[in-house]
Amino acid sequence: MKLSELPEYDDLRSGVRQICDQFPGQYWRDLEPDTYPQEFVTELTAAGYLAALIPEEYGGGGASLTEAAIILEEIAASGGNPAACHAQMYVMGTVLRHGSAAQKQEFLPKIAAGELRLQAFGVTEPEAGSETTAIRTKAERVPDGWRINGQKIWTSRAMYSDLMLLLARTTAVEQCAKPSDGLSTFLIDMRQATGITINPIKTMMNHNTTEVFFDDVIVPDDALVGVEGKGFKQILDGMNAERILIASECLGDGRFLLERSVNYAKERVVFGKPIGANQGVQFPLARAYAQLRAADFVRLEAARKYDAHLPCGEEANMAKYLASEASWAAANAAIDTHGGFGFAAEYDIERKFRETRLYQVAPINNNLILAFLGQHALGLPKSY
Amino acid sequence: MKIAVCVKQVPDTWAEKKLRADDSTLDRESADGVMNELDEYAVEEALRIVEAGEGEVTIVTMGPERASETVRKALSMGADAGVHLVDDALHGSDALATSEALAKVLSGRGFDLILFGSESTDARMSVVPAMVAERLGVAQLTFAQKVTVSGGAITIERATDYGYDTVEAATPAVVSVVEKINEPRYPSFKGIMAAKKKPVETISVADAGIDQSVIGASAAWSAVVDFAVRLPKAAGTVVTDEGDGGVKIAEFLSAQKFI
Ligand SMILES: Cc1cc2nc3c(=O)[nH]c(=O)nc-3n(C[C@H](O)[C@H](O)[C@H](O)COP(=O)(O)OP(=O)(O)OC[C@H]3O[C@@H](n4cnc5c(N)ncnc54)[C@H](O)[C@@H]3O)c2cc1C
Ligand SMILES: Cc1cc2nc3c(=O)[nH]c(=O)nc-3n(C[C@H](O)[C@H](O)[C@H](O)COP(=O)(O)OP(=O)(O)OC[C@H]3O[C@@H](n4cnc5c(N)ncnc54)[C@H](O)[C@@H]3O)c2cc1C
Repeated sequence: MKLSELPEYDDLRSGVRQICDQFPGQYWRDLEPDTYPQEFVTELTAAGYLAALIPEEYGGGGASLTEAAIILEEIAASGGNPAACHAQMYVMGTVLRHGSAAQKQEFLPKIAAGELRLQAFGVTEPEAGSETTAIRTKAERVPDGWRINGQKIWTSRAMYSDLMLLLARTTAVEQCAKPSDGLSTFLIDMRQATGITINPIKTMMNHNTTEVFFDDVIVPDDALVGVEGKGFKQILDGMNAERILIASECLGDGRFLLERSVNYAKERVVFGKPIGANQGVQFPLARAYAQLRAADFVRLEAARKYDAHLPCGEEANMAKYLASEASWAAANAAIDTHGGFGFAAEYDIERKFRETRLYQVAPINNNLILAFLGQHALGLPKSY
Repeated sequence: MKIAVCVKQVPDTWAEKKLRADDSTLDRESADGVMNELDEYAVEEALRIVEAGEGEVTIVTMGPERASETVRKALSMGADAGVHLVDDALHGSDALATSEALAKVLSGRGFDLILFGSESTDARMSVVPAMVAERLGVAQLTFAQKVTVSGGAITIERATDYGYDTVEAATPAVVSVVEKINEPRYPSFKGIMAAKKKPVETISVADAGIDQSVIGASAAWSAVVDFAVRLPKAAGTVVTDEGDGGVKIAEFLSAQKFI
């Protein structure tokens, strides 16, 4: 199942596929409910895919965002779950864009080589999800460094990552002109820090997500990434890339679900004919296909603009919105098409159904995307 | 050391293969094309030889336009350059014609070692490496499960039913490999990007100086007169053991003339 024909990326797709083919549905099913895809991440790292976005001078692949998007799409389309991969690919972006020369020199080559994992991104808190600026985890200056106290939730892969990028408040909100001021980003070396407690959270899909407690965690001065107080903006400017990558994962999920469903609908005979001959089966699949194609066009345009250093906030947000809705449409159609078998783990449909549902909610929920479009694209009053 | 690796694009091993109704040749459009699996081992071996010493690896293929994908794949694994022989006149060539065409492409380019997979998954004749060696007048070391290069000598372990023979020859030589020889690498992200910039020379039958009269379907030594679609597999016979299972199996085997 293909969406847009892009012959210039066929090599890249088949390269990714060749690795993914070694990790069939059985591999992913055996990881359920909460085992980290260790072998898969190791293979993709060794072949350089997860370092694609790191510039070549730091040992990475120097890829465009379009290429990174294709990699993640292809992982999802193969039936794999790219969540661990996307984190390793893009969380380093904040360090790359805002880190000091010394930080980049120290961390990026090791991340590129797979010696260090930076897959944890601690932003969300129990009292601060969509409203990021409401976070309460704070970092205070102490001699030679910072002392961190607070709690994060939904910090995915914290147990499988060496480093964590953390957003914390460094100036109390009352003393700031705007709530988005006074936040700072830190790169925490979890192998060395003491006072961090990580508890896994059971979730609907295998995502290795956790809650993380910071109890007088002392980090050195140079854990601060970029400018003190500018953390919110530093994280925001990586969001467009993240939206485009998430959209790509949804497109991959959609391709997987649709391809399986179309094949099944051709072969499964009920009442003397293939179920795909019924409009009741065919139309939801056709509708999902149209949605996926449309989302793909917007995703490619968003990525093209991103790579050309043009503003792409609107396209990136629309891509994530459209793609997550499209993959969900495909997931629902897939369950219906497969009848009772859609619920059987062996078919991988119910697993993808669970996995792809996340993307309407996280990393940003679709309501907030609509709020962004209402305000910025349509000029309506800010609604939140 | 200058190494050439001959690779072939074949229909995906898992795809249902079809013959064309018009000329009874393999329908290459109906399935995705992939690099013949054993050729990946040959590419891998060439890369290892060069990495352990020095030299360069050139990929040689004969095939339709889209066989260039297979050349790119080998380049993304790490080979240096490609030569793609593509010409409508080649359509329908048999093994003799293929070996003639490949020999013409290979000769005069100064290769010390020419590697092949020992057979292709679509035709499975296993003769092209030997034919090419014969046409080039160089030694053939076939079915290699291990290759050692030292100076101008090539030593292989030639896989046999009883183990292996050790065979040695001086360069230039043709070597065909079996899958025991190594574990082919995946193309890396950087390899795929770099492959886009590597040179691939596209040549025609005339460019290669190949005699038109010895290639193509008209020159083939065999012709497909007729073909039929394979019958679907019939259900097997289930023998329920009620104390006489062994006897029933023996009766079945003898009825089939196996014993
Ligand atoms: C599996 C998983 C992994 C995650 N991984 C990470 C991670 O690695 N790091 C991290 O920092 N976070 C992570 N998150 C958190 C994720 O980013 C948040 O769940 C998400 O931002 C939504 O926040 P919330 O859950 O607090 O929802 P809330 O903000 O409480 O929102 C709840 C509901 O209200 C709606 N809503 C809120 N405000 C408005 C409004 N103004 N208008 C209309 N509707 C509104 C939302 O649409 C949503 O449906 C993860 C979450 C999950 C489930
Ligand atoms: C958890 C679970 C428990 C179950 N428990 C039982 C049980 O206790 N006893 C039992 O006997 N069975 C049980 N079943 C089986 C259940 O009844 C069947 O799954 C159901 O009848 C659908 O049949 P199917 O799965 O074969 O789907 P199919 O008949 O193959 O249908 C597949 C898809 O094609 C559509 N379709 C088929 N024909 C047409 C048409 N003419 N027009 C439009 N659309 C069409 C269907 O709506 C569906 O979307 C169970 C199933 C599940 C998942």
